[in-house]
Amino acid sequence: MSISVNHISKHFGAFTALDNISLDIPEGELVALLGPSGCGKTTLLRIIAGLEQADQGDVFLKGDKVTDKPVKSRQIGFVFQHYALFRHMTVFDNVAFGLKVKPRRERLSNEVIAKKVHALLELVQLDWLHDRYPDQLSGGQRQRIALARALAVEPSVLLLDEPFGALDASVRKDLRQWLRNLHHDLNVTSIFVTHDQEEAMEVASQVVVLNHGRIEQQGAPGDIYDHPANAFVSRFIGQTNVFDLDEHDADWLQTAGLSTAQQKGKIAHVRPHDIVIEKSTAGTDTFVTLKDWQHLGSLIRIELVKSGANGQVASVYAEMPNDQFRRLQLNRGDKVELRIRHAHWFH
Amino acid sequence: MPGFRPAISFTLVYLALIVLIPLSAMLLKTFELSLDEYWAILTNPRVQASFRISFGAALIAAFVDGVFGFIIAWSLVRYTFPGKRLFDALIDLPFALPTAVAGIVLAAIYEPRGWIGKLVMDSLDVQIAYKPLGIVFALIFIGLPFVVRTIEPVLQEFDTAMEEAAASLGATRLQAFVKVILPNILPATITGVALAFARGVGEYGSVIFIAGNMPYISEIVPLLIITKLEQYDYAGATAIGLTMLILSFLLLLLINGLQWWVRRRSGQL
Repeated sequence: MSISVNHISKHFGAFTALDNISLDIPEGELVALLGPSGCGKTTLLRIIAGLEQADQGDVFLKGDKVTDKPVKSRQIGFVFQHYALFRHMTVFDNVAFGLKVKPRRERLSNEVIAKKVHALLELVQLDWLHDRYPDQLSGGQRQRIALARALAVEPSVLLLDEPFGALDASVRKDLRQWLRNLHHDLNVTSIFVTHDQEEAMEVASQVVVLNHGRIEQQGAPGDIYDHPANAFVSRFIGQTNVFDLDEHDADWLQTAGLSTAQQKGKIAHVRPHDIVIEKSTAGTDTFVTLKDWQHLGSLIRIELVKSGANGQVASVYAEMPNDQFRRLQLNRGDKVELRIRHAHWFH
Repeated sequence: MPGFRPAISFTLVYLALIVLIPLSAMLLKTFELSLDEYWAILTNPRVQASFRISFGAALIAAFVDGVFGFIIAWSLVRYTFPGKRLFDALIDLPFALPTAVAGIVLAAIYEPRGWIGKLVMDSLDVQIAYKPLGIVFALIFIGLPFVVRTIEPVLQEFDTAMEEAAASLGATRLQAFVKVILPNILPATITGVALAFARGVGEYGSVIFIAGNMPYISEIVPLLIITKLEQYDYAGATAIGLTMLILSFLLLLLINGLQWWVRRRSGQL
């Protein structure tokens, strides 16, 4: 295991940031720590880095116990949320910093350092900015310089705190792809923190979902999406319709295909793409009304309304490809039938 | 830009009334002297000695303030301790205290029989009051808040993630301080030192009680000006005043240049 965290707990006053967390990350993975704000993901990252001390538990890097080691001797690369570039130094000096502060006997000659720094700047495709100052760079450029600076010391693990958090949507999209490719080339074990599930799913090879200081689920993005371990994960990752059988009209759902026979709980989570809609044939009272739809690129998101027997109204969201929707020739207010193909059941 | 005309008119009138007219009056008065007379006043050994004392003491005091002001600002920003707010308020006391009061108190404490004066006299055999050292002490007292109050906001705004970044890159605490923190705080420190220096050169009230005012030894320029005025030597007084103005201006220019250089080197320009 490249990174191991054993029974880590951390409290800030009465607030429990991390509650007995254990986590193993194999060599070469690109892991996302995903969770809502305040779930403890950044605290966990900072504890792994040594920027924060855990109240209990141990951290192992490459099998070595580093719990009591200060951050400077942990051989980690850390990329800060707001980059924390040294604003009084040029881009070159920023990247060279980690090499220049080494003790004299370990320090490389200035020529070798310069060569290395330029190679790193070429890796992040910003060598042409080497004599600029951080204030003169765009957000995306700063992010890449911060990454080059962290990589300069050849860290055994790379830790990134909300690496795309402060960037524009379009820059973010490019950088995600770029980070993925870079990780593929360098193959250094990396952890990044994010609250954006889309980002986690797109970039990471492993996703760790955190909530209230606990790990809810760890796995490959596909596994987590297809087999959410609990209601929190199911709701947090991707879109989902929640049907509570205590509140909803069970008969209607049964007709739609939510079989109570196979149910393993009282609450059904249904992904929008697992709902098929057809034009209603007259004479049934199991229909729902089509309220509106939105274009999400290749998909159409359809908003349906079910009026219950006792006057309550439930919203249901379905998704289907554009052309399929067009073929149905539906209008606002039309009555349609639902068929639920698949559901996750939770208590 | 809207409001340009009224704003610039006000600025010019204000500048003329408060700064330019008095200064040019001083200049005109000096012109009553011939160049030879002016030169004779300046080369007078007593006048030269007082210049050395005034500028020397102000410079030393400003540098001492620079070092201690930095440490005090650092403590106030970085640490929490009981009574911090009170301590913080005390820093401004030299601003508020009438300088003559400060001068009398300092003289009483640092004189050879005073609380601290006696202690230093007995243990180190050094006399503070009535010596140039006393002048330096008074100017340190007067200049300290300038340094603390200019460094404080900059230190508060300093992104501590930069320190963490330095540590994560393998830097020791000392390396992080010298290579990351100090360069970011240095321009503000220089500003503070320049302010303390400017104040110190012209300081009168708090100095004259502790200085002893011995010609050639502990006589400051402002006192010399007063002495000349009391002897109705107005032209002589303005000649010294003008010289002091020019010297202060040149020194401030030099400090500003130094600051510009530091900022440029550290990418803050």
